[in-house]
Amino acid sequence: MKAVITVTGKDSVGIIAKVATACAEYDANIVDISQSVLQDYFAMIMLADIDRLSIDFSLFVDKLSELGKAQGLEIHTMHEDIFNTMHHI
Amino acid sequence: MLDTRDILETIQMIRQENLDIRTITMGISLFDCVSDDADRLCDKIYDKITKTAEHLVETGCDIEKKYGIPIVNKRISVTPVSLVGGNLSPNGFLKVAHALQRAADTTGVNFIGGYSALVHKGMTVGDRNLISVIPEALAETELVCSSVNVATTKAGINMDAIRLMGSTIRRAAELTADRNSIGCAKLVVFANVPEDNPFMAGAFHGVGEPDTVINVGVSGPGVVSSAIKRAGDCDLSALADIIKKTAFKITRVGQLVASEAADRLGVPFGIIDLSLAPTPAVGDSVAHILEEMGLETCGAHGTTACLAMLNDAVKKGGVMASSHVGGLSGAFIPVSEDAGMIAAVEKGVLTMEKLEAMTAVCSVGLDMIVIPGDTTEEVICGIIADEISIGVANTKTTAVRVIPAIGKEIGEELDFGGLLGHAPVMALKTQSPAKFIHRGGRIPAPIHSLKN
Repeated sequence: MKAVITVTGKDSVGIIAKVATACAEYDANIVDISQSVLQDYFAMIMLADIDRLSIDFSLFVDKLSELGKAQGLEIHTMHEDIFNTMHHI
Repeated sequence: MLDTRDILETIQMIRQENLDIRTITMGISLFDCVSDDADRLCDKIYDKITKTAEHLVETGCDIEKKYGIPIVNKRISVTPVSLVGGNLSPNGFLKVAHALQRAADTTGVNFIGGYSALVHKGMTVGDRNLISVIPEALAETELVCSSVNVATTKAGINMDAIRLMGSTIRRAAELTADRNSIGCAKLVVFANVPEDNPFMAGAFHGVGEPDTVINVGVSGPGVVSSAIKRAGDCDLSALADIIKKTAFKITRVGQLVASEAADRLGVPFGIIDLSLAPTPAVGDSVAHILEEMGLETCGAHGTTACLAMLNDAVKKGGVMASSHVGGLSGAFIPVSEDAGMIAAVEKGVLTMEKLEAMTAVCSVGLDMIVIPGDTTEEVICGIIADEISIGVANTKTTAVRVIPAIGKEIGEELDFGGLLGHAPVMALKTQSPAKFIHRGGRIPAPIHSLKN
């Protein structure tokens, strides 16, 4: 199972590193990253394997959201099933 | 494999276009609570609901977090109370309303529905006793919702029940006059009521349902509206396709949430209700969809055609996305809960007559309409009889939820706040239908009810 982590906000040094560190801390394995910076605006979609997550998924969602708030970023973590269900029959 | 565009589309739907799951409603049978003593019945009802729905709210919140989609309401519907309290006195039925309120408080749900009676062909003593205290029950409780089914295509229209509901609605308004007549916002009069509707105020747990069930109501007027806007100047066949595809996606999310909620709670999944349910929030309006389709203002000539097409396309798209579809399933057109409808009424374009015509082609009926405070019981009965006839003749659900604004006149406004919104007092014909209403009796079932 995978989680889709979206990060948006003002660009700064080390955004990917901070999100990746949090993922590593809770044993979420990053499998794909798509990232772009338009002028000062940073946007990233990260796909992480959560089969071996060391904490409850809803807690993981909160942890990343808190990290986002601390960094002035919007971080949303959603289970991949919502995308698969909506876009694939 | 996940596609970036798909991910962005879903996220845009949720964050910018107000996509949400409107409600997870747990249906709970109260038949095993039956007792010949009112206090004993209340205790059993409270215990059953609080035990069965103990984890409903927390499960809803957890699923909300997992998929990152808001689940706005967690609700409970129960067996129509008149059926389980058959031998109770009016006071006994009032006690049940308080028991339901306590159960709603304990479980943390937003509303509890089922303070209801099914009287389409006639009334039992229990039905009469329950209906006699509906105004008090709605005034003394906050979260209890009530509904009365007064007609079916099979049975015809019970005009005695409609007459009773005219006075019940007036009394409910008077008893809550100090709170914007809020009692009437929690009371619906139905024809052909569905037994698995998850939406309030008309939800109850039907007699053919299992002991417990999970029903889910989806929403998403904003998503449909945005999709139509993006489509630009396409013709109506193309537009219908766009609406279908959007409804499919919305419903798939509803199905995902419903299956997960049912699994986690160990309760069977019942149905998905494919409804476009508006809220007063900007970008969450059914009227704005109709305007995006090409009307200058909702209520203009052409509105009924647009709504009929929208309603049909939503069902066609949604039905393939879910294993079981039920409830009301169609576009809702509540006035006070829809920013576009409110604006159209304020402009004088959307009138009572147009709303009535619109209800012939979409789900439910005259919903959340504020009428002058001095409207007579007979005029209210006339409104109900007209609307109910549309449902009976067309073999569909229709309903009336009107709110007499006590002490207010046309042009003034009632503000309920929250999801119930606000609405201006609408003009009605004041000529009396009293003689027709006071005839009483039943309007026979239409000929096309004889299908056997």
